[in-house]
Amino acid sequence: MPAIEIPKEKWSGRVREITLGATAADGGTRAKTVTVGGETTLPFLHFEGEIPHPPAIAIEVQDRKPTGWSPVLLDAWGDATEDVAAWAKAAEEAGADVVLLQFGAHDDLTPEYARQTLRRVLGATGLPLIVFGPGQAELDNEILVAVAEEGKGENLVLGVCEDKNYRTIVAAALAHGHMVDARTAMDVNLAKQLNILISDMGLPLERIVMDPTTGALGYGIEYGYSVMERLRLAALQGDSMTQLPMLVTPGEEAWRTKEARAGEGVPEAWGDWAERAINWEVLTASTLIESGADIVVLRHPESLNRVREMINALMSKE
Amino acid sequence: MALSGLQIYKLLPASSKNPEVKKHANCKECGFPTCLAFAMKLAQKQAELSQCPYVEEESKTQLEASAAPPIRLVTLSADGRKLEVGNETVLFRHEKTFYHQPGLFVRVKDAQPDAAEVAKAVGEYSVEYVGMDLTLDGVAIEAAGGDFAATVAAVKAACPFPLILMTEDPATAEAGLKAAQGTRPLLYAATPDNWEAMAKLAAQYEVPLAVRVEGGDLTALAALAEQVKEAGVEDIVLDPGVRGYSRSLAVFTQLRRLALKKNERKVGYPLIAFAGDDPILAGQHIAKYAGFVVLDRFSPGTVYPLLVMRANIFTDPQKPIQVQPGIYEINNPGPGDPLMVTTNFSITYFAVANEVESSGMPGWLLVADAEGMSVLTAWAAGKFDAERIAKSVNSTGVAEKLSHHRLIIPGHVAVLMGELEEELPGWEINVGPREAVDLPNYLKMQWG
Repeated sequence: MPAIEIPKEKWSGRVREITLGATAADGGTRAKTVTVGGETTLPFLHFEGEIPHPPAIAIEVQDRKPTGWSPVLLDAWGDATEDVAAWAKAAEEAGADVVLLQFGAHDDLTPEYARQTLRRVLGATGLPLIVFGPGQAELDNEILVAVAEEGKGENLVLGVCEDKNYRTIVAAALAHGHMVDARTAMDVNLAKQLNILISDMGLPLERIVMDPTTGALGYGIEYGYSVMERLRLAALQGDSMTQLPMLVTPGEEAWRTKEARAGEGVPEAWGDWAERAINWEVLTASTLIESGADIVVLRHPESLNRVREMINALMSKE
Repeated sequence: MALSGLQIYKLLPASSKNPEVKKHANCKECGFPTCLAFAMKLAQKQAELSQCPYVEEESKTQLEASAAPPIRLVTLSADGRKLEVGNETVLFRHEKTFYHQPGLFVRVKDAQPDAAEVAKAVGEYSVEYVGMDLTLDGVAIEAAGGDFAATVAAVKAACPFPLILMTEDPATAEAGLKAAQGTRPLLYAATPDNWEAMAKLAAQYEVPLAVRVEGGDLTALAALAEQVKEAGVEDIVLDPGVRGYSRSLAVFTQLRRLALKKNERKVGYPLIAFAGDDPILAGQHIAKYAGFVVLDRFSPGTVYPLLVMRANIFTDPQKPIQVQPGIYEINNPGPGDPLMVTTNFSITYFAVANEVESSGMPGWLLVADAEGMSVLTAWAAGKFDAERIAKSVNSTGVAEKLSHHRLIIPGHVAVLMGELEEELPGWEINVGPREAVDLPNYLKMQWG
């Protein structure tokens, strides 16, 4: 009987490589940098292409102790959530590749406060940083401009850029040598369009992370999953405006769900609270990694460990 | 392999060498003007072969074989529960849809004293998710030095779901098959060493048979499947003998591509995967091409997210899931709490409900029938206009639950405010935020 030939696709495209953070050699203060992207095939198909870098795991820390976070999460970090610098340090110790500093919208949020907070976080961890504003256009612009200036040389990822609000953030990234997170609402064409708008301002594609948005498990993950598969297929087929690494925030999405937040008054069939909540985050993240995520932002340290094991296993060719 | 229109034409009466058949060439009885036109429609699957009364038996056989699905549909059953897997047609769900959810099984061993209790828990487990009752699909029983037949009988009595009988010893397998009689289990597995005896049993007891080789050797796997098929077993399941993330992903992807893109019939069968007690690996197998996923542990806190994940991945992307229009209570609202309206597109509903729920503020969510479209799309299509919103306010009788007459509409349809005030006399229309994520803040400011 003739041998079965392994079916391989011939892809013409390649995802761009991008590097987060900068060490002293490149004008920053990070102990190490993190490079993602560079794939020439679908996720982890080592038999037909290159997967030069594992997906990176970022841990989200907030500038203030979050209100309304699940106790399953708060307990896991203990006192570290009281102080953002301690939290960033704890995230590094827990094994994160990147720290995502998330500013909340509160009365003390001024540009000067943002600068101080950034300095403290930069001092507490040697990991590359992603910095997200509170998600209100005017505040975001004000805060991120200050952050970009204060963090000059650190090669931060600033976010989030959306089609309604990207110009000021992109200009700040251009002026101070940073990158941006380009977020669109689970749609291939919107994602491409925003990448075009941002690169038209002069920011090279190597400095854009594509953030196609996701829903959590049970709350629309299939849309995010398929949009990411389509974006990655387009990239491999040679569409340059989709050849960007993808960042998604499964931690934020999963911990918003009732399944993760509610310990009481839920059906017995939902099972143990912590087990279910962490599985919710882990499965949201792992499903998106299988569909092409290059950076996943998580919240729970146990999720970090389990997603790390999965990534290590998938990076092995055995 | 699917035939082209011209290939099909060669099998129709117009091309026949038999004058008795040939005389019906282009007879139009099929409803098409010529045999060629009918052939083209058959190729596009817009006509049925049975529409031609004169087609020859031999042609019929060839045409039917060509129409067989590239991945065979395999059915297990027990006590009225049926599980169908296979028959998939695409590699990516966005290309069309994934049709048959992989069966999720929990493995017990015959030497395990609580095997029947685990089976009972598996059979009784059910969890509601967006109006669907999600369940597991069966129990895999592995021969491990205990009393296999007795364990099969006990599991069968404890759980109404289909079984997988795991043993490589034909005598043990036959004892298990006897104990499972009345159901249609999967027999696992035939190997290059025992396949003759296992194939004989599978044919005799009319059950599907899994074939297993070592280390992902696809040539050996295809050869073994062919041997088993020639021995009279049609329903085959493949275990390429790879475990763990990386090799499973590679080999399962290769097998799916071989079946779909290379029309490689010899491996056109569902796959079975073993995920141990790792839900992430089980998740990979669900998304990436397994027909059966065997777990080593049953725990609701793990099974619930997996069942939801499976439901999500196997949702038909061509048909957005809709939620039932009506009034939804969030955080036990009272008569004085806010009333919001949105559409019945599931993701829109989830986005809004989730934000309100996580804000901790009680509220009433009125879901209008917008034919499953999101707010802006529905508005543009005329499915979410003042008239429709007013109709859902009136038909649900929500006013009777409230001590106020204020309705919050999505910011994207602020333009409807005037018209709505006309349609709903006595109501105050408030324009809410454009995005769901801004709802908690809005509610705190306006109602807190």
